[in-house]
Amino acid sequence: MSWTFFHKLGSPKWFYGISGKLLPWLTAASVLLLTVGCVWGLVFAPEDYQQGNSFRIIYIHVPAAILAQSCYLMLAVAGIVGLVWRMKLADVALQCAAPIGASMTFLALITGAIWGKPTWGTYWQWDARLTSMLILLFLYLGIIALRMAISNRDTAAKATAVMAIVGVVNIPIIKYSVDWWNTLHQPATFTITEKPAMPPEMWLPLLVMVLGFYCMFALNLLLRMRLEVLRREHKARWVREILEKSS
Amino acid sequence: MSNLPEFLAMGGHGVYVWSAYGITATVLVLMFLPPVFGKRHLVQAEARRRRREEV
Repeated sequence: MSWTFFHKLGSPKWFYGISGKLLPWLTAASVLLLTVGCVWGLVFAPEDYQQGNSFRIIYIHVPAAILAQSCYLMLAVAGIVGLVWRMKLADVALQCAAPIGASMTFLALITGAIWGKPTWGTYWQWDARLTSMLILLFLYLGIIALRMAISNRDTAAKATAVMAIVGVVNIPIIKYSVDWWNTLHQPATFTITEKPAMPPEMWLPLLVMVLGFYCMFALNLLLRMRLEVLRREHKARWVREILEKSS
Repeated sequence: MSNLPEFLAMGGHGVYVWSAYGITATVLVLMFLPPVFGKRHLVQAEARRRRREEV
């Protein structure tokens, strides 16, 4: 097996070049998918026969919650790659994804609370799903705080990688919380094995929104990583040339 | 959807739906501020460093 690809992937300069080519596509895809998804979900999707129009919050709540968990898995994978192969870019990814993940978790919690009021009659309940999502938010905030508390970059990289890996036990707890405990929260909307419990005119816009959130996440992550690479490699000649050209 | 006020009212759930969408839009915009404006800051810092070296 050729490892050149893997080594290239670790090279900040190569990453900067290739990610720059992806940015316009990701921007276009995010804007298009999110616009189509929002209009479809807010205007054209039929209202729910039980929940009425409040169910339209699903089109932001579910994508945010999916992203919050995917992002954490990515953090853990980046942590493993960083610890095992000492890939610098993995630590950049870990550092840059943590605030995005925290924002997504915050959105999932806040939109869930707003949705909960008309649906369950309460904003908050110490329910298994809600509590495990709150723990996820604290994990993200913990990773961000740990990074800020340690000034040595290598030590900070190791500490946050370990924390990201340990915290991953929370992900299956979030996923199965609705099956393991009696909870207010409804089970998953999308599963690989079963057909969605909603009609297509309801779940198709949701699918569009989930894809839109993924593109937007990738775009934001790449932008943050590119900036962080420039920051870390500011002494390298190629970085100086880029910065000179932009001024 | 027959008219705009009716659409905005969302059958009495307007306050929930629009606040949720409003908060989401705000967070998404805020999320893009640091990576978009961070580069400008870096470019300025580099320009300052260059000027110092030239002196």
